[in-house]
Amino acid sequence: MKAILRTNLGQAWLVLLLALIFGMSLAGVQAALGPKIEENKLKETLEKVPVVILGQQAADELTAKGETLVITPNTVAVEKGPVTKYYTLYKADFKDGTPAGWVAKTKGQGYADKIELLVGMDADAGKVTGLFILDQKETPGLGNKIVEDAWRAQYGNKDTATPFKVVKLATGGVNEIDAISGATISSKAVTKLVNQAVSDLKPQVAQLKDSDGKGVQ
Amino acid sequence: MADQPTATERFLQGILPENPVYRQLLGLCPTLAVTNGMKPAITMACSVAFVLVCANVVISLLRNLLKPHLRIVIFTLTIATFVTIADRVLAAYLYQMSKTLGPYIPLIIVNCLIICRCEVCASKQGPFVAASDALGQSLGFGLALASIAAVRELLGTGGLFGYQLLPAAWPDWVIMVLPPGAFITLGLLLGLVNWYSARKSGGSI
Repeated sequence: MKAILRTNLGQAWLVLLLALIFGMSLAGVQAALGPKIEENKLKETLEKVPVVILGQQAADELTAKGETLVITPNTVAVEKGPVTKYYTLYKADFKDGTPAGWVAKTKGQGYADKIELLVGMDADAGKVTGLFILDQKETPGLGNKIVEDAWRAQYGNKDTATPFKVVKLATGGVNEIDAISGATISSKAVTKLVNQAVSDLKPQVAQLKDSDGKGVQ
Repeated sequence: MADQPTATERFLQGILPENPVYRQLLGLCPTLAVTNGMKPAITMACSVAFVLVCANVVISLLRNLLKPHLRIVIFTLTIATFVTIADRVLAAYLYQMSKTLGPYIPLIIVNCLIICRCEVCASKQGPFVAASDALGQSLGFGLALASIAAVRELLGTGGLFGYQLLPAAWPDWVIMVLPPGAFITLGLLLGLVNWYSARKSGGSI
């Protein structure tokens, strides 16, 4: 017994035991609170859908009138060579059934951790209408400026024909995005995610729209 | 153990004589980062208090089993567990606040204030003394954060907790809620506390 306790592993028995106990309690906490956290995220997503499609002002006006958009979630699979990428694509309609637009949820590597965001598109996916960052852990003071309204506004009401391009000093060219100083990587990561989502989902939107036109809903 | 401070002494020391921010200059990362408003500052202070009390009590209960070369591992493991719990609870019940504080809640793990209290007090004294030490230190930390946040929010936005207090004519000193404001405020308040205690103890400055 004494010989075992003198080995490296034996000396660390308390560390191992604590790791086991703490690990189990954290699993318990996650199991108890995980659904609640997901629910919070979903609630925020649904709240932001009208804002990224219509813009803050129009969304507020709609709420003031007591109306909401009808939001239908779809899961779409995009095949890219050997891998299949899944997107959650929200379809938003006005109360009278006229389509308002589409919101795609996408996720990808930023500078520090995964960035999760919503991209809004108009009814034919011809325009990007807005962007909202759901989750990010970019550098405070530099990369986390991607959440600011002023920077995100650059993605508002832009044609999807040309992909967005990050530049250091925007000269007013088509779909140019001004990089955040000190956070070129974060700016590029967001732009890449938006471009990818748009190019992947444009055909999907057309397809979904057609199937809806046939009256199946 | 006879010369170790008692529970009451530990509690009182944390508030001013050994204030974590103004005396020991520990835990400055959250002090500078989340004090641009009262709400995030108070949330941060409460999270730190929760982690510190739990970690101190657990370490104190385990103190006779600790081996000198493995103690830091155990401190870190314990602290990380409680920080993760605090992070998840905030994300579940105070979702917007948890988004505002972002990475600073997980960063409590590396707040040296907590590991310092585990080392100085909890690994040497019983759970009751450790708990009151943790409470005193958390209170001191909370007061320090609140004092800095009060100055910054009031001068930067003209209000506290989001309520307008100063007359509308007040030109908001936006710099106070930006990062430089944190350094300026901390420096001035630190100087003030030093000046006050030097005067009280009869020293000359």
